[in-house]
This record gives sequence, structure tokens and C-alpha cells, in this order.
Amino acid sequence: MKIAQLLTARRDASHRHWTDIAAYAYLLLGVVLMFGPVLWLVLSSFKTQAGLLEFPPSLLPMSQKEISVAGYPQPLPLFTVTMEDGTTRQLAQVRRVGIQSQMVDPDNPSQQYRVAIDKRVPVREFSLATENYTEPLARFAFPRFLANSVFVTVVATLITLLINSMAAYALSIYEFKGKNAAMLMVIGTLMIPITIILVPVYLVVTKLGLVNSLWAVILPGAATPTGVFLLRQYMLTLPRDLIEAARMDKASEWQIYWRIVMPLTLPALAVLAIFSIMWRWNEFLWPLAVLTKTEVYTLQIGLNAFQGELQTQWQYLLAMTVMTLTPVAIVFVFLQRFITTGIANTGMK
Amino acid sequence: MADLKLTDIKKAYGNVTILHGVDLAITDGEFVVFVGPSGCGKSTLLRIIAGLEQVSGGDIRIDGQSVTNVPASDRGLAMVFQSYALYPHMSVYKNMAFALENMGLGRSEVDKRVRRAADMLQLTAYLDRKPRALSGGQRQRVAIGRAIVRDPKIFLFDEPLSNLDAELRVATRKELAALHAEIGGTMIYVTHDQVEAMTLADRIVVLRAGVIEQVGTPLEVYNHPANLFVAGFIGSPRMNLFPARVADAGGVAVGSEMRPIILPSTGHAVVGTDITLGARPEHIDVVGEDQADIVITLDLVEQLGGETYLYGSTPGLPQLTVRQHGQAAYDRNQRLGLRLKRDALHLFDADGSAIRIR
Repeated sequence: MKIAQLLTARRDASHRHWTDIAAYAYLLLGVVLMFGPVLWLVLSSFKTQAGLLEFPPSLLPMSQKEISVAGYPQPLPLFTVTMEDGTTRQLAQVRRVGIQSQMVDPDNPSQQYRVAIDKRVPVREFSLATENYTEPLARFAFPRFLANSVFVTVVATLITLLINSMAAYALSIYEFKGKNAAMLMVIGTLMIPITIILVPVYLVVTKLGLVNSLWAVILPGAATPTGVFLLRQYMLTLPRDLIEAARMDKASEWQIYWRIVMPLTLPALAVLAIFSIMWRWNEFLWPLAVLTKTEVYTLQIGLNAFQGELQTQWQYLLAMTVMTLTPVAIVFVFLQRFITTGIANTGMK
Repeated sequence: MADLKLTDIKKAYGNVTILHGVDLAITDGEFVVFVGPSGCGKSTLLRIIAGLEQVSGGDIRIDGQSVTNVPASDRGLAMVFQSYALYPHMSVYKNMAFALENMGLGRSEVDKRVRRAADMLQLTAYLDRKPRALSGGQRQRVAIGRAIVRDPKIFLFDEPLSNLDAELRVATRKELAALHAEIGGTMIYVTHDQVEAMTLADRIVVLRAGVIEQVGTPLEVYNHPANLFVAGFIGSPRMNLFPARVADAGGVAVGSEMRPIILPSTGHAVVGTDITLGARPEHIDVVGEDQADIVITLDLVEQLGGETYLYGSTPGLPQLTVRQHGQAAYDRNQRLGLRLKRDALHLFDADGSAIRIR
């Protein structure tokens, strides 16, 4: 179906029913709720610092038009001025003195005017403040932070997928005493918030000499109860016959895990991969605690540097936030096609 | 190829005993069918042989070696599952090659064996397909192929045909019989379908409630059922069973008003005791009322084209089934005289075991 067709689909092609309007209004509300903040973030990231702070705020990044006037070395800001006779003209401001502003006609630089500041309105144009992106990228070790974040995310996700799936395999495929107790304990750790274990884990990490190493970020969170639970529940739905068939086929336990169970658990692994990538990419508190040197900062900690005690450089913060969001969004687009229904039952009757 | 010896195999889950000491010897190259109603323990017994279930007691020997505590993967057996259990993410080729790779065979040997099996099962055209792109019958053949490439000591089949439609089931049954003839091999086959049991088996093992009721060739089991259960289970439609009493003069009396049926022998049955008389539907003739042992009123006539089944009743006896060759014209509620064939009757004593009279 073509996009245009999709967007104008109606209950009955011949006329508009009130439910069409209600449905579209509801969907529009959903779109605004979902994408409004993201859109606001992206548009704001292209605003200048002044543009961010102005009131009322504008949706699009706008900035005041500036014009070069003969005889003035700097470009001058352009205003629409209401003259005393009621006509309006576009004048450039030379300087402002109290509530008066000294202005000049760009077409005729010798003609100067004195205008009350409430009689003039800035002329604005759409402009992207790309320096929000280029400046921090040049000034601030963005590539380094990006590399650190990518390393943490990729390695931690791989480790998470591997060890969580191994735990889930044991807890779903094998029968042993204490299996349910073990599962309950795994689930139980969900109830313990990270803030409570922050200090003890920090002490362990210190003893291991891992402070200021990326492994200090990767290792403590590698085994997640959510991941074990998610994978175990999925593995429970795999037909037992497949595993028994593999046993009859002389497969070792490792081969059953690696060649039979893992490929069939792909939909759940994709879900966990997306979660893990999001968690790791956005992780803040723990890296902030264990990473104190700039060269091991992840992006999120690096971003924090824009937020000083006294002043926040919002334009850079927003621009770099967009930069950090993009990879996760791309990963999601790529992985979501694996989150389809499994094929585990297609070899069965 | 191997022989198998089961000694006093017991299996219990908690307090529930599934198998009560099964003894069985299967010789090399034999096709043995385990048959019985659902819940009789036949599948459990097969899984115990496979090594997928642990025994609670007893000993399993393959070629004289005890394998009771050997894991399934090391017993060298192959199993075809009721659900086929094909690996859905692997092609047909990979499905068949998986076990061979696990055995550590070289690539060329694997290829040779897979292609030979595929050829035998007419799967060559489908080797690159995934199981989901196959029909039920093709999946079934892949499952069999996966077993035969292994060249296992014993083939185990767990109700492999029960998911196929009737026509395909008959065709695959014949293919299986041909396969056994071609590759030999010891085969153990579990089914609840007695037609499969009769047609495929060298020997049938009839199980009920965890106990072997009878072991024998299909015709032995059919002609000389060891007890009432086997008599009722094997044969379709079921054998007619009547309560009867041993009369003097070497006969049995069925019902009250009927005259005794004189038999060549009543075996060891004591005169005056209650027994059960069995007659298969094809061993009852329709005769005039003057010669009849029993006169029934027809309840239902089933015309199958090649044969006709008559269902009738008479006061004091359970419903009777009579099989007639060809297309016989009868009406409901018609009175019909029946005469039992004297030389094909079965007698069972009060505890259900057969009395040998032939």
C-alpha cells in the first residue's frame, strides 16, 4: 500500500464517517505524544543559545536576520520598524541606547533614525545553528567518548546475551532440585535497586582495581535478572522434542545450546539485545561513580560536563543528546525485524 | 544393528507406577511393534530404551552391554518422534547431517550418506528447503531420513504416522515396511493403531497399564489372544465376547434360552463354571433361524462396499458385530439367525486368560 493511500484510508471509501475523524485525531495525539519531545529536542538542538532562552519559545530554530551595511564593519541586526507616520520599514540597528535605538536604512546608510525599542520587531529567518554540533565535536573529545560508549555497549551486550542465555538454558531445559528456588532468587534481585548496592559494588570494583576501566562499567551489570527471565520464558516454549531429538543425534549439551536453542531463541535475544543496548548506552549513575578520568568517559558522562554548577550550555547539551540518541534509534530499526514470531514450531506437526 | 534385552524394567513417577517390570528380548533385525491403549506405558518404554527417561529399576542391554546408565546420546540409537521434531532453522540437508557432524564424520562421508538417504526417501529435490516449506508427509520422511543416515543400532519410532491423513498413512506404512526390508535393522515401533501393528510387525508386544499382555507374531496374537484384553484390543471390529457357562457334553451355553454350543474341546474348563466366549465378526455366519445359535434384531447395517458390518442385539447379551463379505441387503430391525463357527471360537476363563481349545 502506498503511503498516501495508507494515510488517507477510511472506513468507507465513499464518505467520511465520524469514526474516521476520531481515529485520526487519536492517532495524531499518539504521534504528538510519542514524537513531540523528540522533534522538540532535534529542532532545539539547532537553536542558538539566545534562541533557546527566548520567550515565547518557537518550534523552529529561528534567528534574527543580519545585514551588512556599507560603512559598518560588523553585520547589523535587521528590524521591522513602525515609523511615526504609521508606515513600516526594515532598518538595521547600529546601537541601542537605553529605550532608544539608533538605526540605519540599509539601502541608504547615510540616513539614521532614532526609534523607541517598543516600535521595532526583529526580522527573523529560519537558520540552523550547526555550530552546536561542530564546535563540541572539535573542542570536546566526542570521538573518544563515542568509542568508549560503543565499546561498553557492544561488549556488555554480547556478554549479557551469552551468560543470560546460558543461565536461561539451565533454568528452562534441565530438571534439577532447587531449580525454582534459583529462578526465584534471580527474579528477587529485581527488587533491589541499584542505589542500594552502589556502594558495595563500588568497593568490590575498587578491590579488583577496575576503577577508571571500562570493564568496571561492563562487568557488574552483565547478568541481568530481566534478561534471564525473558530468555527462560521464551525457551520454555521451545518444543521439548527438539532437544530430545538433538540428544538422540549425539549432540553435546553445548551443541544443543549453541546450535539448536540459541538460533530458535533469536526473537527473544533480539528483544534483550535492544534492551541491553538501551540500558548500556544510556547508563549514567554507575559510570559516573566508577569513571573519573576524562579519557574513559562514556558519552553520557561526557554530556554531563556541559552541565556546570552555575551555567548549562543547553545548545551543546541538546546537540550532543541528539548525537547520542541516533545510534540507539538505528540499532532499533535494524533489530526490530528479528522480533517476529519464532519459527520453533515450524518443524513440528 | 543390534539385539535388545529388557529385564524387569520398572518406571514410577512419585507414587504413580507406569511400568511394572517389563521383560522383553528383541533379536537383531526384528521389527517389533508396541501396541496398547493410551496410557499403557508404551511410549515411556520406548523413551526408556532411547535413554530419554531413566528407569526406576531393571536393566537394559544392547548387544549384551548394559546401557541402563548410558546417556541417550551414547546409546547409538535413532528415534523418529511423533512430532517429527525437525530443527526448524536448518535445511533438510542440515537436519540430516546434524547427527553425522556430531559423530565426527568427514564432510564427504556426511554428504554421501545424506544424499543416499535423500535418494532413498525421494527427498533430493528438497534438500535446501527449511522444514516449514515441506508438507506433512515430506517432514515425516525427513524425520525418517534423519534416523537412517545414522545407521543406528536400533531404530525407534514413536507413533510416527499419527499426524498424517489416512491416505498418506497407508502409503507411508508401506514405505516403512519396504524400508525395513531394504535396510534391515532392528526397529521398535510404538503405535495405538492395531492396523499398523498387524501390518508392520514381525512381533507385536501388547501392553496394558504397564504390563506386557502378550508377545507374538501378528497372526499368533490375532488367532490366539492370550487373554480377554488382547482379544478385545486386536482386531477391528472388535471380537464379540459373550458371558457363557460350561455345559456338560463338551459345550458352552450362551444366555439362558439358547441351546449349548457343542465344541470339539473346552480345554481345562470345569463344567458349570462361568467363562467368556469370543467370536470374531468374520467367524459368525448368517443362517436360518432353525440352525441358529443366536437370533438377533439388527440395530445398524454398515455398507463398506467390499464388506458389510451388521450390528444386532438380543436380550441378555451385549451388542454383536457380524462381518459379511460383499454387499448384503439387510434392513434395520430385521430378525437374523446367527451361527458361530465352531472351529474359530475362543474361550476365556473367569480371570480373563485364554483357555487353549485348539
